[in-house]
Amino acid sequence: MAAITLDINGKKHDLDIDPKMPLLWAIRDVVGLKGTKFGCGMAQCGACTVHMNGHPTRSCVLPVQSVVGSKITTIEGIGTEENLHPVQKAWIDEQVPQCGYCQSGQIMAAAALLKDKPTPTDADITSAMQGHICRCGTYDRIRKAIHTAAKSKSPKGEMSGGK
Amino acid sequence: MSNRRTFLKTLGLSSASFVLGVSSFAKGNAVVNMTTDPLSLALEINPFIVIQPSGQITLINPRPDMGQGSTQAVPSLLAEELEVSLDQVTIAQSDGKGKYGNQTSGGSSSVRALWTPIRQAGAAAKEMLIKAAAQRWSVPESECYVEKAKVIHRPSGKSLTYGEVADDASKLEIPKNPKLKDAKDFKIIGKYAPRLDVPARVTGKAVYGIDVEVPGMVYAVMLHSPMIHGKVVSIDDSEALKIKGVQKVLKCERPMPHRTSEAVAIIADNYWAALSAKKAVKVQWDNGTLGQTLTTAAYFKKCAEAATKEGLKAEEEGDFAATFGAAAKKLEAVYETPFLAHAPMEPENAIAHIKDDGTAEVWAPIQGPDWALRDLAGYLKIKPEQIKINVALLGGAFGRKAYHDFLLEACFLSKDVKKPVKLVWTREDDITQGPYRPGMMARMQGGVDAKGNIVAYHHHPIGESIQFQVFKAPSNKPDDWVCGELSQKEQKYNIPAFKISYTHVPTEIPIVWWRSVYASNFGFSQEGFFDELAHAANKDPLKARLELMSDARFKKVLETLAEKANWGEKLPAGQGKGIAIFKSFGSISACCVTVAKQGTGVKIEKVVSVIDCGHYVNPDNVKAQTEGNIVMGITAAVKKGITFTNGQSDHTNFHQYQVMRMNEMPKVEIHIVESGAEPGGVGEPGLPPIAPALANAVFAATGKRIRRLPFDLNTLA
Ligand code: FES
Ligand code: FES
Repeated sequence: MAAITLDINGKKHDLDIDPKMPLLWAIRDVVGLKGTKFGCGMAQCGACTVHMNGHPTRSCVLPVQSVVGSKITTIEGIGTEENLHPVQKAWIDEQVPQCGYCQSGQIMAAAALLKDKPTPTDADITSAMQGHICRCGTYDRIRKAIHTAAKSKSPKGEMSGGK
Repeated sequence: MSNRRTFLKTLGLSSASFVLGVSSFAKGNAVVNMTTDPLSLALEINPFIVIQPSGQITLINPRPDMGQGSTQAVPSLLAEELEVSLDQVTIAQSDGKGKYGNQTSGGSSSVRALWTPIRQAGAAAKEMLIKAAAQRWSVPESECYVEKAKVIHRPSGKSLTYGEVADDASKLEIPKNPKLKDAKDFKIIGKYAPRLDVPARVTGKAVYGIDVEVPGMVYAVMLHSPMIHGKVVSIDDSEALKIKGVQKVLKCERPMPHRTSEAVAIIADNYWAALSAKKAVKVQWDNGTLGQTLTTAAYFKKCAEAATKEGLKAEEEGDFAATFGAAAKKLEAVYETPFLAHAPMEPENAIAHIKDDGTAEVWAPIQGPDWALRDLAGYLKIKPEQIKINVALLGGAFGRKAYHDFLLEACFLSKDVKKPVKLVWTREDDITQGPYRPGMMARMQGGVDAKGNIVAYHHHPIGESIQFQVFKAPSNKPDDWVCGELSQKEQKYNIPAFKISYTHVPTEIPIVWWRSVYASNFGFSQEGFFDELAHAANKDPLKARLELMSDARFKKVLETLAEKANWGEKLPAGQGKGIAIFKSFGSISACCVTVAKQGTGVKIEKVVSVIDCGHYVNPDNVKAQTEGNIVMGITAAVKKGITFTNGQSDHTNFHQYQVMRMNEMPKVEIHIVESGAEPGGVGEPGLPPIAPALANAVFAATGKRIRRLPFDLNTLA
């Protein structure tokens, strides 16, 4: 056990945990943010994707000791029902989720993609999203929703939360 | 009043809402209580509508939502007749108690089973509310109508909200034959509407089973036998117990319907500690002869032997042997489909709390609280009244979460540690332990006469049976879940000599239903072989089907497919199209797959699916489910199945058990045929035609006939 300070969604959390604990379990079971999901535990499915300093990262294989000092953003940190991130809004407009379990990870990956490439091509979308499994099979809608989100951005091209 | 209070208390609604994240019930009045509705008693389910004085309308939804949209479909049926909007209906999940009837999401049955009873319940409630308001105003009922949760007196324009008349209405007799709306007057049913649960699912707020926490709980991880039915000889937990947070390592059990296996569990303060300890525990297993007996090769070898013999006859129209014997062209083939894991993205998990007073409470993502109640009562040997079930949202299920081994495991552990235990399976548990979609074989025979007519057809499914392994039905007769669906009455091929047989081949590999169940196995053999017969008869595969089918709905589906998929068009060299049609769960679905040669294999270019599911609730959800079926159907056809070598699964996680990803997505198009028929299923019927249409397309493009799944798109092997 060790004292570990994590910066999650702009808030500091002082935790006394095993430094080797993957970030996923610290986020879910210690900090109590349940939106980030467990799907495989070996960087295969993308369900656990969060942003580390803005980059999409698999939290299930990332020991907490390696993220000290980094800014972590989870699905709860990018938008809320009252103040949706444009990607979340597009996901509602296109009615993407079925069970929805994979969608936190999909949305985090899509949000990072759009920050990088505000108007992604189909090929950009495929390469950014193919690491994410959706067993319900929502891939077509994910692609559509990313294009929708790209079109809906503010004129300045900011992918900021809310409107 | 006291009755109603007891009613709400029995439901335990406030804690149900805690789990599901729906807004909680006030200690209000259950005003329209349909428990004694004679209509519902005569029907399969017994829904409850609760209208509170505040005006809140609550539906106790008897079908858990695993992504198929029941939390929209079911309230839509109510809202339509009650004349309220969808956002005015709050949903609570039923808890498995008998008064709610069948509560299992499975067999694509939610809308089919609830179509009439929920609408009747809504219509009855509406009539009672009108009557109560008319009595209060001393006006004739005929002068009143309802709109947006209000009763309005037409001549005077005065109105009362449903909440204001709810208590009076509850004292009235429930009408026996409430008048249902005509389909042409539907405002909600059949129309697009966004699903109201989507915002929670995109903001991380939806509470799935895996997200539930209860006070005082500990975490558990299972260490299952790699050979599933191995026995625990010894456990060395010395290293595991050194890990901080690990409380206990114990021998436990995995209760399955056909047998109970031994297992080991680790209990810890947190999930990570339990997972770390799993790697540190050393267990010696006694595997007996499982290395030889528990293999898919041994099982399929037995199936192949059975394919050389006659099976048990399930059905015969005409004289198959004579007609086949006299046919100008005789075709025989064996088709094979693998075992498959469901692999829902949310792994199996459950919290169980067996309390000191002998009662039990569980929280879990399960498809059927009614079945779970039966299984829990049987396993714990207590009465159903002593069990409380809280159903959480399911992060996918596909049949897997109607099998309660994980729930009973959590019960065993809670009994031992006397605390609430939260058990979470790893993905490795999910993929290596089953239960699986059964691997099956089918022996096919068919004959074409000298004039080119398909005159004889024999479909002979071979393999393990869910009915026998899970439900212990006597195995001396054909499994009617397999054979019933393939019958001429269902599939509508008017072939003069038509025969269905079955041979049961048992296995100890655990099996259960998987999206579309046997239709996923035998839709492939039926439609792949029909394509062979059509070619043998020198007929276009679409025309050959139309020739034999006289059923108007089947014909319309095929004609729609031909038009939408541009069936007759001339294709560029190296491309091919294949079609298939299959009826399952009350709906007819057909699809056309286009492939293009690429290197030694093919690339899937496009899938066009057509479905006639009769009346449906939300066209967008019909499409969404069909999209899902296309993805799962292609995955099942071209990705590795589950194989067991030396008694254990060859795949452990998604790096080996691969599923389709976005880069493999073909173009997809879905069309709904508006037949206005009785509602059919939507969650599964789109799947069965996918694999055969794909295999038939491969044949059209390359001349290579695929009779065994999975096959590799790159090599066609
Ligand atoms: S849970 Fe991290 S990638 Fe699957
Ligand atoms: S929506 Fe269910 S796994 Fe993606």
